[in-house]
Amino acid sequence: MAHKILIVDDEPNIVVSLEFLLKKEGFTVAVASDGEEALAQVAAFDPDLLLLDVMLPKKSGYEVCEALRADPQRSGLVILILTAKGRATEVAKGLAIGADAYMTKPFSTKELLAKIKEFLGIA
Amino acid sequence: MKAKHRFLLAVVVLGLLMTGPFVVTSLIVWLDMRESEHRMLAELLLSRLPLGTVMTLFGFAIGVSVLYKLFKQYVEGLLRMAETLRLMLNANRNFRVGLEGPPEVRQLAGAANDLAAQRDALMDDVEAQIAQAKAFVEEEKNRLAALMSELAQSVVVCNLDGRILLYNNRARLQFAALAQGPTTASGGALIGLGRSIHSILEKNQVEHALEVIRLRLAAGKAALANFVTTTRSGKLLRVQMAPVLASAGEGEANLSGYVLTFENITRNIEQEARRDQALHELTEGNRAALGNIRAAVGNLIDYPDMDAALRERFVRVVADEAARMSQSLDRTMADFADTMKTRWPLEDVLGIDLIAAAQRRIGDKLDLPTKTEELDDALWVKADSFSLVFALTFLAGKLQEHCAPRELRFRLTSAEKLAYLDLIWAGPTMSSETFYTWEMDGMQVGDESSPLSLREVIDRHGGEVWYQREKAAHRAFFRFVLPLATPEIEAEAEAPKRGAGRPEYYDFDLFNFADKSIDLDRKLSELTYTVFDTETTGLDPSNGDEIIQIGAVRIVNNRLLRQEVFDQIVDPERPLKPETIPIHGITDDMVRGKPNIDIVLPAFHAFCEDTMLIAHNAAFDMRFLQLKEERTGLSFTQPVLDTLLLSAVAHPNQESHRLDAVIDRLGIAIDARHNALADALATGEVFLKLLPLLEEQGIVTVRQALAAAEKTYFARIKY
Repeated sequence: MAHKILIVDDEPNIVVSLEFLLKKEGFTVAVASDGEEALAQVAAFDPDLLLLDVMLPKKSGYEVCEALRADPQRSGLVILILTAKGRATEVAKGLAIGADAYMTKPFSTKELLAKIKEFLGIA
Repeated sequence: MKAKHRFLLAVVVLGLLMTGPFVVTSLIVWLDMRESEHRMLAELLLSRLPLGTVMTLFGFAIGVSVLYKLFKQYVEGLLRMAETLRLMLNANRNFRVGLEGPPEVRQLAGAANDLAAQRDALMDDVEAQIAQAKAFVEEEKNRLAALMSELAQSVVVCNLDGRILLYNNRARLQFAALAQGPTTASGGALIGLGRSIHSILEKNQVEHALEVIRLRLAAGKAALANFVTTTRSGKLLRVQMAPVLASAGEGEANLSGYVLTFENITRNIEQEARRDQALHELTEGNRAALGNIRAAVGNLIDYPDMDAALRERFVRVVADEAARMSQSLDRTMADFADTMKTRWPLEDVLGIDLIAAAQRRIGDKLDLPTKTEELDDALWVKADSFSLVFALTFLAGKLQEHCAPRELRFRLTSAEKLAYLDLIWAGPTMSSETFYTWEMDGMQVGDESSPLSLREVIDRHGGEVWYQREKAAHRAFFRFVLPLATPEIEAEAEAPKRGAGRPEYYDFDLFNFADKSIDLDRKLSELTYTVFDTETTGLDPSNGDEIIQIGAVRIVNNRLLRQEVFDQIVDPERPLKPETIPIHGITDDMVRGKPNIDIVLPAFHAFCEDTMLIAHNAAFDMRFLQLKEERTGLSFTQPVLDTLLLSAVAHPNQESHRLDAVIDRLGIAIDARHNALADALATGEVFLKLLPLLEEQGIVTVRQALAAAEKTYFARIKY
């Protein structure tokens, strides 16, 4: 069964690329464009992995991440933060509040795919 | 035994010596003789006894007179000399022993005089040296004060208790500018000799910095501490603290105070923040866009077989994001261009100064005459004047070689945020290519060369340079375009100097002047005072008369500090009585728009902090202040000395103790009267003149002064 990935980003220009890429790689993909929608989608879509932007309307990526990590039922969910905030302090914060990995934009699509596959245990 | 008694004793001894041996011999012989011999001897002697007695008496008289003479010369003479010597020793240094009496006494007197002369020479020498040393110290102090007053940094020196011993004019202006509040004195109130620095800096911060210095001193390191602090008005100050070490001689250096230098870095911090923001917008602001592009391009490359619509979609993402990035770049450059250029150490230079320097140099180095045309003499540019003048001279030299112009002309104009500095010549022109090579070469003028090229100098200035022809006028010019600077000219409204002499910005005696709390048993001359006076709308505060002016000055260490004054007109919020206007000279126009007493009184209260109060007829002024206590919640609880009463103590038999009368009596010269500050200054002078007069009466401490004042007749008059 295909792994499910939820993309949370409010910029359509990145969403279109990610969605295409992940679908091409055979994942089942859903998209949320703000923090609240992200939480709703996690409940409805039950993804295996979350690509999460930090700067989001309504709820920031950090808040979403914290909320999900507070939920023991979601302990298996992989959270990969994708953001334009590249400072070491922000990377540290993201990892501290429970993200599994942190990728700073711009990133190479190949590396992103490699990372996703690594986390999902796909060779 | 007194000299006289000794003389009488000597006379008696003389008498005994003259008669005694004869009497004793006679007695022994008498006892040895028989009866017949006794009779014979009596006959023989008795008939001649008168002669013997006369001879004896004569001899005795001569003896006494010799004795008297010796006594006069050797005893009384020496006693007199002793007195004279005492006189020389104490009262009159220049007195000398008279050379009289017998030779031995005269020799002694001569020797004593020689000793005295030697002593005088030594004392004169010591006095001269002391005077010289004092003058030297005074000169040093003055030099220091002069130096400090010229420094562009704010400097404050404090003792370990945080009392200010010295500050410079710059510090005064800076803190006046930083001070909040509408009253003119609220700034001046912050800084002052003997005042606590802790009204400006947090005590903890100062203590911490001192601790750092102590530790560094103990570790034998350069003892400096830096910190940044925020003032009450929200400005950022960078403070550097350096220790003042007392010359303790051997062993551990003895910290006796510290020097603080202040720099207002609010502006720098703002610039820094702007620069940060620019950097942030250039980096993180573009990360997202670049990320989008990279993802789209990644897909385009990795999946070349995607359908046309999708391909189209990704290409549009790339185009959109690239456009967005360009826009953001333009915006950042526009917003922060100035900020980013200030990285180079450029100063604000007046354009015409730059041209004058270039003219001088071209004249000196190239012997080429220069003139000026249109010059905007108000233009300031941001420039490194040395390299820019070098560049101008270099171009002039190249022109001289290449086109041999008879003279060069300068022109300085401006357009928006740019200055145009033109170097113009008439006659043969040159090709643009030639100019390009000049731009790129290292610059050389005569035997001096610069590692920079003209292009580099121009880039360093964030400017441009080009070559342009004025065909109609048959001439050409090089145009330097430089960013305009708006020089920061701080409005330093200098208060009119009050009185002659050097401003009293320092008082090193305060180094040893730790505790300043008001102790009634302290000497009057040691305390810090605020001398004040008020002008009012009338004489009856309980019937609505109000304060319209407060003037005050401080006395620290027996000196009237004419720079540390409080001078504020107060809006009484009621019309002035026309009949009082001639008295205080304050009109309705002058009070309008001024702060009211609710605002002025707290500032005045702060000004008086930690000091005694002095006023002439203090009861009157105090009553006005006390009636405001309830409304403002501020009470003036410190002891108050009244110069009217103190004058009555010093001169109990004088009829008038009005301020004018006292000023006349004490011979105090003043410029003006009936203005609160002028009267406060006069009252301060009066107080300082009264101090020695009170001391003559044994009134030295505050307690004594208060008690004596209370006993005078005038103290019984109530308001």
